[in-house]
Amino acid sequence: MSAAQYAPYLGKDLLGLEELSREQILGILDTSEPFKEISERTIKKVPVLRGKTIVNAFFENSTRTRISFEFAEKRLSADTVNFAASGSSVSKGETLVDTARNLEAMRIDMVVIRHGSSGAAHFLAERIASNVINAGDGKHEHPTQGLLDMLTIRDHLGKLEGARVCIVGDVLHSRVARSNIHGLRKVGAEVAVCGPKTLMPPHIEEMGVTVFRRIEEAIEWADALNVLRLQLERMTAGFVPSVREYNRVFGVSTERIEKAPRDILILHPGPMNRGVEIDSAVADGPHSVILQQVTNGVAIRMAVLYLLAGGKPDTAEAAKTGTNL
Amino acid sequence: MVDPSQGIDRVMDILLSQGVVAELGERLESADADVVDASGLIVSPGLIDLHVHLREPGGEHKETIATGAASAAAGGFTTVVAMPNTQPVIDNPAAVGFVLAEGRRCGLARVFPSGAITVGSKGDQLSEIGEMVAAGAVTITDDGRPVGRAGVMRQALEYALTFDIPVSVHAEEVELSRGGVMHEGIISSRLGLSGIPNASEDVMIARDLLLAELTGGRLHIQHVSTRRGVEMIRDAKARGIRVTAEAAPHHFTLTDEAVARYRTDAKMNPPLRSEADRDAVRQGVRDATLDVIATDHAPHHYDEKEQAFDDAPFGIVGLETALGLGISELVEKKMIDLPTLIDRMSWSPAKAFSLQGGTLAKGSIADVAIFNAEEEWTVDRKRFLSRSRNTPFDGWKLRGRPIRTIVDGCTVWQARES
Repeated sequence: MSAAQYAPYLGKDLLGLEELSREQILGILDTSEPFKEISERTIKKVPVLRGKTIVNAFFENSTRTRISFEFAEKRLSADTVNFAASGSSVSKGETLVDTARNLEAMRIDMVVIRHGSSGAAHFLAERIASNVINAGDGKHEHPTQGLLDMLTIRDHLGKLEGARVCIVGDVLHSRVARSNIHGLRKVGAEVAVCGPKTLMPPHIEEMGVTVFRRIEEAIEWADALNVLRLQLERMTAGFVPSVREYNRVFGVSTERIEKAPRDILILHPGPMNRGVEIDSAVADGPHSVILQQVTNGVAIRMAVLYLLAGGKPDTAEAAKTGTNL
Repeated sequence: MVDPSQGIDRVMDILLSQGVVAELGERLESADADVVDASGLIVSPGLIDLHVHLREPGGEHKETIATGAASAAAGGFTTVVAMPNTQPVIDNPAAVGFVLAEGRRCGLARVFPSGAITVGSKGDQLSEIGEMVAAGAVTITDDGRPVGRAGVMRQALEYALTFDIPVSVHAEEVELSRGGVMHEGIISSRLGLSGIPNASEDVMIARDLLLAELTGGRLHIQHVSTRRGVEMIRDAKARGIRVTAEAAPHHFTLTDEAVARYRTDAKMNPPLRSEADRDAVRQGVRDATLDVIATDHAPHHYDEKEQAFDDAPFGIVGLETALGLGISELVEKKMIDLPTLIDRMSWSPAKAFSLQGGTLAKGSIADVAIFNAEEEWTVDRKRFLSRSRNTPFDGWKLRGRPIRTIVDGCTVWQARES
């Protein structure tokens, strides 16, 4: 085999969708397809990552993402250790660089990192030889969330090229929004954002997105809405005056959805604030694909782990039955 | 020899004796003098940096007055003005005296203290400005933070008139910059980092220019980084307002693109801004809207910079790269000629703060910089005399290298043979 065939498909790390090519992104989505089936089995385990050790380093609280990664790792037979900032040496003042070096010294294969500071995953990746997967860094990127959103949209629309996706809400503080924008644009989808200007990143149009000021316009335009969580501390920081007003002006309600000219998909990366950014009737209604996002999340994370461990998209199906990547 | 204060730009000799410039002329002879052959080199007034952080007292792991003064000498500087945001803050005459004495003790570049405008630089009550001036402070500033209250700033400008010293300001409206860690623009949006908008600086520059106009006080605006800031200062000068202003080498060299991949050595405040802003700073240096080049030398320990971008402190070291950046980025790129650069780094700063030096006129203090304006060298931060290494210019090839620095007629630093 030539050296090129040995070259890792994604490189050493998965830090963000901004740095991936269209082919790599579609390759991850395609790789996740054969992995979906594993979670439907009675015995949900294949030996793809047997003998690999993975640390889930969560410097910021997360339930959904951590559990999703953990299931993906375990279903691929990796050995995993969880690490949370509270109660760890981090709370005793250990620096990020020392934490990284200590993990490295234990000869781990991969680190999944969630951190409150943008760039923390880059910081780690530059300092250790293990594969680093960004599970959300500050307001920067959350690439596996972006990928699972894309997979879910593709499942329903059949293709991503030309799909119109509008991200609604607190784009300013959202790593999910940035990963969606980069990923969707690379595969040829049209992306828009909608929300109050106080919650929009400055110069967002330069990222190649359309900006809607009113939710009604967004709903009229979009094939899919990705509704972001409005964190309640944004009120005290003055970004919006009140929860009630936010819901009234930007909330995704049944009344608004019914006016959509086409069968609109509703996504939400969770956790939801029911009655704030999204009404319960919408979240639980026929347009919602929110739980399918969660299911797809495990498959996407399996695909990413498999590709970073040296696998190739076209051998994923075969890999499920043997130990070879 | 290049001495903008006298319009000199030609080959000649200079005789230093007893700490002063004794003679200038062709083929000077002196039986007992040590002769320094500077043929092929530039001899200029010692450079003056109005804005350095020497960190002592309280931050000696980053820099001391002695290591900072050594770093200055290695950059061709013979005089530096130390900012008062140490721990404790230099806000009283005893603390001013400490900085002055420590600077004299190390006998390298001259170190002039600045005093805080307000007690503890908290922005509320004026410090004992007269006492600090009597002890040797050459300016007052709360650098690192603005004087938030306009009324206090007005009082400072008025009160300082008695002592005829400039009030130096770090122009930042913190209501607009809170949480910001880099320039607000498309790059901050992409990186997911909180931005510091140009307006946070511009609003404060506007306020302080209006207060300088109101009071007739002497205003010195530090590290101007925005296009509108430069324009407002230009207009203010045209209207006769007493204002001087600084440009930092990093602001006339880099843009916010240097922050890519979260490089903490490109994190400073004010931040690296857009190309339009950088070009405006260059124009400001050219037409003397920004009278002086000052480094804002801000050493930090590598542990402090080796963190996530949000957590790393603001600031970079600048003393040992300033001359090379000035020659490479301004002179080589035809923005200004060499005498103009020397003016912005010696004579203009001397005038702005009413300091001795900045000139080689007969009878002036014998502070001299000798440098090779042609030599190309590679910045190697491991060789800095500063205690800190936080520079975005490591590995850069710069033209213009200091060779020898003379303070008070004595050589205080000399380059190793290249």
